[in-house]
Order: sequence, then structure tokens, then C-alpha cells
Amino acid sequence: MKTSPEKYTHIKGWGIDADPENDPTYPIKKRTDEEQAGYSWERPAQQPIDIEVLHSNERPNVSATFGTSTPPAGLSGAIRRFAFKYSESSYGHWVPLVLADRIDVVQGIMADLLKGTVPNIFAEMGWKADLKHNKKGLITKVIVTAVVTTAVIAWLSRKNEPKKSLLRG
Amino acid sequence: MLAMNFRGPFRVRADRDKPYPEIKHPDDAIIRVTRSCICGSDLHLYHGLVPDTRVGMTFGHEFTGIVEETGPGVQKLKVGDHVIVPFNIACGTCAFCNQQLYGNCHESNPSATAVGGIFGYSHTAGGYDGGQAEYVRVPYADVGPVVIPEGMDLDDAVLLTDVTPTGYQAAEMGGIQQGDTVVVFGAGPIGCMAAKCAWLFGAGRVIVIDHLEYRLEFVREYAQCEAYNFKSMDDPVVFLKKATDWLGADVCIDAVGCEAEGSKLQTLVGRKLPLTGGSATALHWAINSVKKGGIVSIVGVYGPLDSLVPIGNVVNKGLTIRANQASVKRLLPKLIDHVMAGRLNPKGLVTHRIPLEEVSDAYHIFSKKLDGCIKPILIPPAARA
Ligand SMILES: NC(=O)c1ccc[n+]([C@@H]2O[C@H](COP(=O)([O-])OP(=O)(O)OC[C@H]3O[C@@H](n4cnc5c(N)ncnc54)[C@H](O)[C@@H]3O)[C@@H](O)[C@H]2O)c1
Ligand SMILES: [Zn+2]
Ligand SMILES: [Zn+2]
Repeated sequence: MKTSPEKYTHIKGWGIDADPENDPTYPIKKRTDEEQAGYSWERPAQQPIDIEVLHSNERPNVSATFGTSTPPAGLSGAIRRFAFKYSESSYGHWVPLVLADRIDVVQGIMADLLKGTVPNIFAEMGWKADLKHNKKGLITKVIVTAVVTTAVIAWLSRKNEPKKSLLRG
Repeated sequence: MLAMNFRGPFRVRADRDKPYPEIKHPDDAIIRVTRSCICGSDLHLYHGLVPDTRVGMTFGHEFTGIVEETGPGVQKLKVGDHVIVPFNIACGTCAFCNQQLYGNCHESNPSATAVGGIFGYSHTAGGYDGGQAEYVRVPYADVGPVVIPEGMDLDDAVLLTDVTPTGYQAAEMGGIQQGDTVVVFGAGPIGCMAAKCAWLFGAGRVIVIDHLEYRLEFVREYAQCEAYNFKSMDDPVVFLKKATDWLGADVCIDAVGCEAEGSKLQTLVGRKLPLTGGSATALHWAINSVKKGGIVSIVGVYGPLDSLVPIGNVVNKGLTIRANQASVKRLLPKLIDHVMAGRLNPKGLVTHRIPLEEVSDAYHIFSKKLDGCIKPILIPPAARA
């Protein structure tokens, strides 16, 4: 886009050093300067917004197309809605989203259980591949898991002891 | 249908009950997937480092497939076409697409203005289900997809959706001039391809840095370059200064991104307690080992938060930093030509061909760098018959 120099006659030397060669965006960007005209292009047809779409507050609208995977749901969904009150420039946006992602994992396990499937977490983590390619790593993981489980069980059963001793007087 | 299903960090599985995708927009197509890769970028999702990665999503932004159905607005693409689908979703009409910035489209991602839509790459990149599935919805079907040229190997085709253009653009953004010394950080698929492409721009010397011995060995052969292990150096920056006549490299390329190893501090704040946009160790080394007045090209992916980079050195050394998501559509015609002419050999990166059903193992192998893995491809059942 070309601006009309008449607009700037009141500024001494306006444009005198403009150099089209001074363009570090070449050849990544084919310069048209179209963006100088603002958000004014003829937009593609809008995909019907028939699910909940959270859009950045750094834009006025929902983009013409969007993905329909996993709309916000439950507690994690509520946190995501809150996050989108803040801009992409704010920690208030990203930190709640990360928190929501962690809560979503619990929601995911509950959803699996409600469907009647107990998720096989070891299989999901690909431990079967360790059996073939990483026996040492697998053995370490199994030992660590066993030790942690034993420690947790021991700790849980210890919690009852003070009561018993109290009873015994 | 059969599709990868993200259940949380380090947990993915293949489920059979994902609903088939539907046409949601007149310009959509539905594609039956024939090949689908796992990318280093997917590992950032898999490791839980990308905000707004929702449980239940299907990942996958590198895929080829056969057009199964088209929306009423689609004119060029025909049912039955076997296509390469660029990883960026681009409308082809916004100001950015018109400037060939197809990785920066403004009409494909409602959730973030800083990044365009990407298949299967969290809601931060638009919330699209991806191609690690039997079928996938492809928006703007007349814009991105390109019919696979006759005689092209399918493995080459699928690596044209991301790895080849990204490696190429990494070198291109380096502004490499004949005789330049180019250092590439990272010997993953992207780093290997960037090193290979650096020669096409006339580099005089290409050096790759990583810490995985099997990958260093691989890249020496694949990209006919030098390759060194940073774990065996006291200080990679001093090593590179020494290796470049004490002035530094002309161009440094970051092909590592937010999960870089090599600095305890960066690992702690960028990966363990994700308080930043990721561990920026490779970028830190790139800035500090490039020559004064030199160029740093970044294709490694970082999160949206701030990262620890020595910005003062960028100023004092007068560096130029160039970075982007690759603009796949812009580069495809040229790169198809390079592949057909044998100048680039993307399929040479493929080490694993794994049934889609075994997606959990595939992610684990690639994430843990087991079994000499460079690039894994997932193959849906129908494409194996
Ligand atoms: N900009 C884009 O368009 C685009 C496209 C695809 C991938 N990417 C990004 O490129 C990066 C690489 O992708 P990939 O598929 O090759 O991943 P990868 O995980 O296979 O490779 C990364 C390599 O970096 C090495 N590494 C770790 N720390 C290092 C350090 N400090 N210095 C040097 N090497 C180090 C690792 O050992 C590994 O070999 C990722 O961040 C990915 O998200 C960007
Ligand atoms: Zn990729
Ligand atoms: Zn666009």
C-alpha cells in the first residue's frame, strides 16, 4: 500500500531515507503492506459457532474456522473461561490454563471410569516399549514404583498405630 | 474410528470410539490418513508443556491422506486425490496469507493471535483434532493440500508436511551466504534437515551440536557435516569460538526449542517447574557463539511465556534474529522439486514405522530416544493392507 506523501508535507524530510532494500523479512514475507489497511480483508465464511469457543481478547471475533475438539467442560472448563478474560500478554491467561490442564487429567480419569473402563496407565505411558528397548529403565521404574507403593502402604497402616496404642492405654 | 487420544502428560492411547470427523465449513474436506508422523513439537504437548492442551484431543500435524469427502465450497480438490497436507491451517485470503505468511494466518485460530491454526496442536493453536487417526477434517481444503506428485515415495511426501520445509526455512532465515560457517543446534529431524539445507545456500562449513551420540553419528552421514557432543565440552560456546577462528559462526540455528538440555537453571525453570516459555539453553548458546553482526535463526518451539535469553549480547553484538513457524505452502513447490531431483532425501530420516494402534509405545520410544529413533511414522490399519 502506498501512502500519499501530501499527507506529510508538514514533516520536514518525510520519507527521504526510505529504502525498499532495507527489509529483513525477505524472502519469508512477500511484502504487500496490505496489513497497513488494518483488519479489512474480505473474510472467509464463518464456521457456525455451535460449540463453546474461547477466543483471545486480542481479537474482536472468532476466526473464520476453528477446531471442534474437546470444548471446555467441568472445573477445568470453568478455569479456562476465567483465563480467557486475560490477554495472551498476561500470566493471568497462561497460568490458569496450565492449572486447568492438570485438573483435566483427573476429569479424564473420572470420565474413563464412568464409561466403565479403568485406564491402563502403564500401557498409555508406553512401558511395553521399554520391555523391548529399555530393560534397564523399566527395571528401575518397577523398583521405584514398588518402593514408593510399599512406603505409602506402610505409612498408611502406621497411621492407625497411635490410636491402637491409645486404646491400649 | 481409530484415533490417538491424549489422556495427560506422558499418557496417550489409541481408542476405537472416536466419532468420524464432519464437514463443519463449506471449504472443509475429510481426509483418510495414509501416513502420520510424530514430531518433536508433539513431544512438547506430550510432556505437558503447551498450555490449553485438553484431555481427549487427537494430536498429529504431519500427515498425508486421500480425500474422502469435500464441502460445497471446495473446487480444486477432488475426492480420491492423495495429498500432502501442510501442518499450518491457512485461509489463503487474510493479509498474512496474502504475504505468504501461511504459518501466521489470522482466520484459523480463535484462541491465540500469536500463532496460526495447526492440526492437533492444543487449543492454543486452534483446537483442531489432528491426523494421528484414521480420518481428519481439513479446513480451507483448496488452500493447503497439494496432490502428491507421481512417483514420489509416501514417506518423502509425509515429511514435506513439516520437517523438510521447517529445516529448509531454518537455513533460509539464516541468510546464509556462500562460504559461511553455519552451526545447527539439535540433531533431531529438524536439525538434520536444516544442516542438509544449509549446503543448498552455499554454506562453507556446517557444524551440528547435540548430546545423543547416535544422532551425531547419523547426521554426520546424512548431512555430510561435522557433529560434536556438547556433553563432552566444558563450555560449548568456547568450543565453538575455538572451532571458528575465535570469532564465532556466521549463522547459528536453534533446532532444539523449549526442552533443551545442558543447563541446570534453564531445565529447572523451563521444564521442571514450567515458569518460563521453556528451557532456552540452545538459543542461549546460539546467541553467544554467533559472530558479531551475525544471524540467529530460530525454528525451535517455545511456550508463550518469557524465556531466559542473553538479550544484552544480542544488542551489543548487533545480531539479527529471525524466527517463525515454517510457511509450508510457500516452500512446497521448490521442495517437491528438490526431493524429486534427489537433492533432498527426507525419507532417509525415518527410522520407525509403527501401527497407529501402538501409538503409546511410539510416543514413548521417540520421547525417550530409544532404539536409535530419529523419526517415527504411524500407519493406520487401512494403509497397511
Ligand atoms: N518452527 C516450526 O515450524 C517447527 C516445525 C517443526 C518442529 N519445530 C520444533 O523444532 C524443534 C526440534 O524438532 P525435532 O522434531 O527435531 O525434535 P527432537 O526432539 O527429535 O530433536 C531435538 C534434539 O535437540 C537435542 N538437544 C537437546 N538440548 C540441546 C542443546 N542444548 N543443544 C543442542 N541440541 C540439544 C536433543 O538431544 C534432540 O536430538 C522442536 O522444538 C520442535 O517443536 C518447529
Ligand atoms: Zn511437526
Ligand atoms: Zn489467512
